[in-house]
Amino acid sequence: MSAVYILWLRQLKKYIRSKPRIIGSLGQPLLFLLVFGFGFGSIFAKSGNGNYIQFLVPGIVAMAVVFTAIFGGIELIWDRQFGFLKETMVAPVSRFSIMVGRTLGGATVSVIQGVAVLIISFLVGFRVHHILLVFMGLLFMFITAVFFVGLGTAIASRMRDMQAFPIIMNFLVMPLFFLSGSIFPLDAAPKALQVLGRIDPLSYGIDGLRYAFIGTSSLNPWLDLLVLSLFSAAVLLIGRRLFEKMEA
Amino acid sequence: MSVIEVKNLTKKFGDFTAVDNVSFSVEKGKIFAFLGPNGAGKTTTIKMLTTLLAPTAGEVSVNGFHLENQRDEVRKSFGIVFQDPSLDDDLTAYENMEFHAVLYGVPKSGRQGRIEELLKLVDLSDRSGDLVKTFSGGMKRRLEIARALIHTPKILFLDEPTVGLDPQTRNHIWSYVLDLSKKEGVTVFLTTHYMEEAEKMADRVVIIDHGKIIDTGTPAELKEKNQSASLEDAFLKLTGKDIRSEEANSMDTLRSHARAWGRRR
Repeated sequence: MSAVYILWLRQLKKYIRSKPRIIGSLGQPLLFLLVFGFGFGSIFAKSGNGNYIQFLVPGIVAMAVVFTAIFGGIELIWDRQFGFLKETMVAPVSRFSIMVGRTLGGATVSVIQGVAVLIISFLVGFRVHHILLVFMGLLFMFITAVFFVGLGTAIASRMRDMQAFPIIMNFLVMPLFFLSGSIFPLDAAPKALQVLGRIDPLSYGIDGLRYAFIGTSSLNPWLDLLVLSLFSAAVLLIGRRLFEKMEA
Repeated sequence: MSVIEVKNLTKKFGDFTAVDNVSFSVEKGKIFAFLGPNGAGKTTTIKMLTTLLAPTAGEVSVNGFHLENQRDEVRKSFGIVFQDPSLDDDLTAYENMEFHAVLYGVPKSGRQGRIEELLKLVDLSDRSGDLVKTFSGGMKRRLEIARALIHTPKILFLDEPTVGLDPQTRNHIWSYVLDLSKKEGVTVFLTTHYMEEAEKMADRVVIIDHGKIIDTGTPAELKEKNQSASLEDAFLKLTGKDIRSEEANSMDTLRSHARAWGRRR
């Protein structure tokens, strides 16, 4: 247990100490929020869908969470290449607790990034549906983050260096993000997109987040929570297998 | 009494046999040097003795515990300084030490005292709260040695601990090692490419090449057997003068990637 805690604490300390990373990873979600939010706002309203900023913010918050989380998982490669992983691997603790500590740390950092984006979005006019439901939003952000840190860890345990990072971003993370209904309503999309959206784990995170923040969602939020949790558990189990086989 | 017992240890990577049926033992409280040219199988052997790599065949006991089924006991029995740095640059010296102490289950009550005591022994007390990225190579090594001893291990593995350091720092490192091994009563298992260091430090030497042990004895015995003036001469007589190829290393490309991705190292 204390091993999990110290690994969690390490992720947090490293995060707080790297100011450029905090600011850098806020840049992309904010760009999306401003450009899409104000660019498509009037079209969205004219087509009878209401306020686009209200619709978009949960997706953008999720974006901050997802990108920070996948990076938090893939960071494992750095720990390996810079040698620190060996220090944890020869310690008398199980690899699973190492992975759990890292994952919880990465997920916590991701939720902080998400909350930062949420706070900034209040400045451009976003309003939450009910203040208490925001806590439910935190839960969705956290489980989404666990999924993506786990995914990053699983990928990183099979990678030798960072060469493949752009491939992962462009062919895995970006499609998962765009197909999740983060920036447009899936319900109004063509059938094929809807089907793809339904198999995208992130769509459940974003749907749940939308319920928590603006009070509307296309599925029952409890169903969202269940499906998202199952996806996260599955990716953690796969990540565990890969991480245990990995050589330091 | 031997604290490490190795019998018929073998490691194969596909068709390549990195360590070939090696047997030796390390006596308690002694300084044991494991020498060999690049690619001889030193690091592979250390990786197996320290549970990082599973042997293909053979038996190993460390501090009386078996590698195969008592892995955590084996892990608690040794401290290790790796060939490559293994500190977290974004944490302070104290935090690196604390991280290790928690992972090894050092009780909270004695933790701070133990860390401060060891930092003092390697003359890093005044840098305790500084980020490791501000440290020189020699300071990092000292910190790693201190860190490896926090959980009072019986054995200290040092895999080329002085590589890339200037002679002054190297001298210092060895005097710390001698000092600590005496104070802590710890057995030292070391590898180095600097033969004069091994000659000066080691009670016993094993020379390995192409995965096989080719000679063993005290430095004096090895010199006498091979009619050499120094351990280095003896080493060259035993292992030949051909230059060995070094393992490919992607560190440099990675460092540039790390910079490109905005991490300061």
